[in-house]
Amino acid sequence: MIDLPFTKRTLANGLDVIVHEDHHVPMVAVNIWYHVGSKDEQPGRTGFAHLFEHLMFEGSEHHNAGYFPPLQRAGGLLNGSTNTDRTNYWEVVPTSAIDLALWMESDRMGYLLPALTQERFETQRDVVLNERRQNYENRPYGLALMAILAELYPPSHPYNWMTIGSADDIRSMRLEEVHAFFRTYYHPANASLVLAGDIDTERGFALAEQYFGELEPGPRPPAVDAAAQLGTERRVVHEDRVELPRVYMAWHTPAMFADGDAELDLVAELLASGKMSRLYKSLVYERRIAVDVSAYQSSRQLGSFCVMAATAAPGRSLAEVAAVMESEVERFIVEGPTGDEMERVTAQAEAQFVYRLQTIGGFGGKSDQLNAYNVMRGDPGYFRADLDRYRRATPEGVRAVAERFLAFDRRVVLSVVPRGQALLALPASRPTTVT
Amino acid sequence: MKSADRSRLPEVGADPVFVFPSIVHQTLANGLAVRFVEHRSAPVVTFVLQVEGGAAEDPPALHGLAAVAADMLDEGTGSMNALEVSDAIARLGADYDLDVGPDATTIALTTLERFTGRAAALLADIVTRPALREADFDRVRQLRVDRLRQLKDVPSAMAERAFLQLLYGEHPYGHLTIGRLESLRAMVLPDVVSFHQTAYRPSRATLVIAGPMAAGDAFRLVESAFGEWSEPPMASGTKASAASIEPPAIPAARLAVVPRDGAAQSELRIGHLSARRDTPDYFPLLVMNAVMGGQFVSRINLKLREEKGYTYGARTGFDWRRGQAPFVLQASVHSGATADAIRDSLTELADIRGVRPPSESELALAKASITRGYPRNFETVAQVSRGAAQLALFGLPDSYFETFVGRVNAVTAADVMSAAERYLDPERMLTLVVGDLPAIRESLDALGLGALQVLPVEV
Repeated sequence: MIDLPFTKRTLANGLDVIVHEDHHVPMVAVNIWYHVGSKDEQPGRTGFAHLFEHLMFEGSEHHNAGYFPPLQRAGGLLNGSTNTDRTNYWEVVPTSAIDLALWMESDRMGYLLPALTQERFETQRDVVLNERRQNYENRPYGLALMAILAELYPPSHPYNWMTIGSADDIRSMRLEEVHAFFRTYYHPANASLVLAGDIDTERGFALAEQYFGELEPGPRPPAVDAAAQLGTERRVVHEDRVELPRVYMAWHTPAMFADGDAELDLVAELLASGKMSRLYKSLVYERRIAVDVSAYQSSRQLGSFCVMAATAAPGRSLAEVAAVMESEVERFIVEGPTGDEMERVTAQAEAQFVYRLQTIGGFGGKSDQLNAYNVMRGDPGYFRADLDRYRRATPEGVRAVAERFLAFDRRVVLSVVPRGQALLALPASRPTTVT
Repeated sequence: MKSADRSRLPEVGADPVFVFPSIVHQTLANGLAVRFVEHRSAPVVTFVLQVEGGAAEDPPALHGLAAVAADMLDEGTGSMNALEVSDAIARLGADYDLDVGPDATTIALTTLERFTGRAAALLADIVTRPALREADFDRVRQLRVDRLRQLKDVPSAMAERAFLQLLYGEHPYGHLTIGRLESLRAMVLPDVVSFHQTAYRPSRATLVIAGPMAAGDAFRLVESAFGEWSEPPMASGTKASAASIEPPAIPAARLAVVPRDGAAQSELRIGHLSARRDTPDYFPLLVMNAVMGGQFVSRINLKLREEKGYTYGARTGFDWRRGQAPFVLQASVHSGATADAIRDSLTELADIRGVRPPSESELALAKASITRGYPRNFETVAQVSRGAAQLALFGLPDSYFETFVGRVNAVTAADVMSAAERYLDPERMLTLVVGDLPAIRESLDALGLGALQVLPVEV
């Protein structure tokens, strides 16, 4: 039986500490989640949570210099990331450097602001603008998701924008705003720490207390509550530097871990993962009217969305591609998956759970998973229950969520077409304004 | 309870002891070299089959053939069609991964321990008995043609393609593995069949298995799955290997642009051909590169990202191969900073062998960052099996892993300097930009790198 064992305690200041032992390699993963992301931003201040993440690597009061040199000198790897719902930071260090990693993580949790200068702030603002240009603006189809979110969610909903934020908002940010943000969200009571790897459980808790115990708890940040739904179909077109047009369809779906979330994961797999998937087989393999297909359920705290896409083969129209996609989705809703199909996707899902147990650290390693379960479920032991969601899925359950959530009259349909060729979009599409 | 002493960073203790996995060898009667690594951290097994035939074996008029041949492996085998093969892989919960490099093609299959036997049989079917049917070939080739057309819009792919061509010219290493439109269109199924017979033969292949089992069981499994793989009738060929062909001299032209009008960023490549993987200076070069741009805390990244804010990240590296490999700096920079980023980069590249040799503390940091986290590379069966396959590809001994740390630590400042002098020549480095030519032309002309060569946007 696969499992992800752990011990959890909460320090007096509210910091959750979770320890998982794995002595295969003499390394320890330190992983910390702050329950803050772009969901906590306001219109006009988008991109703030992510820019802030960059500042966390620039120095803190007692180590007033970059965070990379000491940890690299110890043989550590480190990184961080921000999404809509949370911000994470991690190090994977030799067992001998665990004190160093905890000292540094705790120093930036408790004492970041004295080290933040205007110059460091401005440089990281430029770095983020470069990140945005490199990964979104200068990448084919790179703004597609931004266009979809702007249609799925009203402007007041924090999922209306992407975590990277708008370039104008990033440019207009000021250092003063960093201070308030730090005080609200970066403190022990809004954080969760995992130590996974070559460490004795009791020693892990003692070290966590030693480095983090002195930090003051802050107030619990306000809960974000925002709902969104579509009453109609919304069709938009985005012109981009692309060779082949692509159509996307997106729907609102149940939040992360809510009923139907796992089934929609399986729907996406059944539709677009592997040559046997419904869309691939029909559009790419048999009819050859598309060059690629994709689908995924993007599971999020306040509500998820499911998106599927297909890129037209040269000379084929998006109308033809979209029509076949729709007929496949309709057929799926009527017939549901076969027993064979269910066996295939549940075997794959189960295997992925096992593969994720192979690494202690980094994005998606065991330490990150424990934190995900703790922050999003309040239960680091959710691993087995999570796996059970996939094991328990039935063909009828999977069919039913597709029917309930993938309605054609309540969705966003985006055409991404080569610049100057708006006519290649599906009919009645409005131009998007994303940049 | 102890509290933290924030007056200084905590000391890092002595490096923990790590026992590197050992590799057990066996060669089957048909010539297939098998390597096994016992690894018991999870109920997962990885097979890596590596054949000594990569993109450098593409015939000159058929660039992209090695990649098409690799793609065709899982398009049907024996009685199964492409859909059935895909289904069989999925039912094992397996990850199937192809990598076509310049010197070799690797096929990796990772699966759950309980499916080990079925996975071995399936991998053997895929690699040794592909159906290679006309209809599948036609579809696979067309998808690659379409993909190639899409790459015109991917700045990093355009940079990679143009840079290889400028560095290697007509040398077998001078093209992308995906090939060109013309060569893909010229390809016919018999080309694939013939490539398969030449490259996919037990005498040119290595199979690595890593997982929670005993060596004897692993070898029995391989014998039953791959024992009947016979050497194809064709002679294995007398073609000179790419590694033994001398690449062209470093060209005189130093500045080239692939135009991308209105681009928000410029994609940069700066470098030249340098050392081979088997150079005796490998470890000094590894350390030199770590100081220069091989990690976050390196001269190039600190200058271009952390000091100037020109880019999201910049790095340098050797694209190692059996023959001469390029040393390349790469970054995507804000269009307005293109010329400044090139100037700063060239200065950094020149300074390391001139006015600013690596300091003791830079060397110490570089060596520590390479060595102290080294055991991290042995966490999963996929890492371990790929590592063992690399040893086979480059002819490195089994003792490589356990001697690695000592050899890096033995590198001295003098070793780094002499390696840099031998293998880096900033005066003759070639700079390539994929970017908005009208906006950056004037500032590029002012760099003093000579005539600017404008390259066609072609695939």
